[in-house]
Amino acid sequence: MEKDTPPKCNIIFYIRRFDPEHDEAPWVQQFTVQVERGMTILDGLHQIKETQDSSLAWRFSCRMGVCGSCAMLINGKPTLACNTQILEVTNQTITLAPLPNFAIIKDLVPDLEPLFEKHRYIHPYIKRKDLEEMANPTGEYFQTPQELEKYLQFTYCIKCGACIAACPTMATDRDYLGPTALAQAYRYNTDSRDDGFKARKDMVDVSHGVFNCHYAGECSRVCPKGVDPARAIQLMKRNLVLDYLKLKRHKKPAHALKSSERVEQKPKVSAPPFTVKS
Amino acid sequence: MGNVKRYDNRLGITGWLSGGRWGVERYLYFIHRITGVGILLFFMMHIFESSLRVFGPATWNAAMETLEHPLFKVGEIVVFCGFAFHALNGLRLILIELGLAVGKAEEPIYPYRSSLNTQRPLMVVVMIVCSLLIVAGVYDFFLGQ
Amino acid sequence: MRETAYWTWFIIAGIVLFCLVGLHMMIMHLDGLLGIFNPAGTVSLAWKNVLFRNKSLFFTITYIIMLAAALYHGFYGFRTILFELGLRKATQRFITVFFWIVGIGLFVFGAYAALAAKAMKI
Repeated sequence: MEKDTPPKCNIIFYIRRFDPEHDEAPWVQQFTVQVERGMTILDGLHQIKETQDSSLAWRFSCRMGVCGSCAMLINGKPTLACNTQILEVTNQTITLAPLPNFAIIKDLVPDLEPLFEKHRYIHPYIKRKDLEEMANPTGEYFQTPQELEKYLQFTYCIKCGACIAACPTMATDRDYLGPTALAQAYRYNTDSRDDGFKARKDMVDVSHGVFNCHYAGECSRVCPKGVDPARAIQLMKRNLVLDYLKLKRHKKPAHALKSSERVEQKPKVSAPPFTVKS
Repeated sequence: MGNVKRYDNRLGITGWLSGGRWGVERYLYFIHRITGVGILLFFMMHIFESSLRVFGPATWNAAMETLEHPLFKVGEIVVFCGFAFHALNGLRLILIELGLAVGKAEEPIYPYRSSLNTQRPLMVVVMIVCSLLIVAGVYDFFLGQ
Repeated sequence: MRETAYWTWFIIAGIVLFCLVGLHMMIMHLDGLLGIFNPAGTVSLAWKNVLFRNKSLFFTITYIIMLAAALYHGFYGFRTILFELGLRKATQRFITVFFWIVGIGLFVFGAYAALAAKAMKI
């Protein structure tokens, strides 16, 4: 008895190629891929590389939507190749191109250095004044679930660069900080353990900074992890304006819990006896 | 990362016009820019034209005669419609950019809902009011003809 | 703080403009439908109606406020668009200074016209 095999169909892939050693400008190459239900764009690319053209280059790693390596333009929308099922976006053709607003290294590989540079620029780490405690911790920093909720959404960023590719300001403005850096600046400012609002304020309140976002909303629309950078940026503008109008309440950063202050711990559960006599 | 040649893949100004398949808010952003620049250019001329009133009724009426030309009449309606859109969309943007219409941070659970979903009712209301104003303006225009 | 300051006043000017230019549009362009502040008939541009508003203290003051807000809001917005095209620092400085000068110049011109219209002997 023949096992039920899923039906296959032929999908045409139009892929933008560019080889820095031979080409002056990108060009489009056509491939035909046998696709069955459940195959992702990443699977299609592997099939092309293994059976048709081994020179095709693109980035990938986890193949499950958590590393952010495989972001590319799929049918005009920047998204992850591993997360996108071929038959969900087309039944005839797919157009693949590298992420726009980044320089191309080769084929579908963008140069993400500007993304990381701008991310580093906003000091994406907890900034505090108690350096002794940070170097030699005596306890955890106390944070309630409500305080966590305020910034948790923005911690899911995987730095894939799709938001920067979709942003209209990034299309023309090389110096714009971009949704990734700005959303992460807000994530750290809002973390109750952080005391770096004053420092980051001066980093984002610059020409080509946060006020060059005009809420086109494309970054949030394409984000593969639901981070909603547009929301973070608008909330950060609110903070900056309230701070300018001297209406912002500045909270002290979270304190380290001394062992005497610890909240009531669950009673120790006694382990069952060993089943194997030593 | 070495001296490998890079190809600059920035979209440029066409990225303002055609970066791919977009949501409504992206198009509203573009129209907002166009209407803003248009109103500014109109305003430059308007300052000079309306200051003619200090020269008395004769000069004023002569100027108004000139402005009866159909080109100016059409321009007037275009400016009115542009203003209606820019003002109402601007109101929406003020609410959004002051963090009043984007909602609170919430744990992303697939299918993701973003601030775009939160502000969508506001956007719909704003567009409806804008259309009503444009209808009122065009109707009033023909009333006066 | 400078960009935050510029932007906050840009938003405040926007709110002021929403109210005042909204009123202005209703008086001037919805004159047939609403007929407000047009005591001499529904043609808002008729001399008698223009004279009425010239002489009114309320209109003189609101015209001057509208002028300031519109010039600031318009030029800041236009400057933002131009800056996003990727200009050199020197060009950016020049545009900022140029817009301040032109903006203040136009404000002085328009405010003078509003005050002169109020003081007219006709």
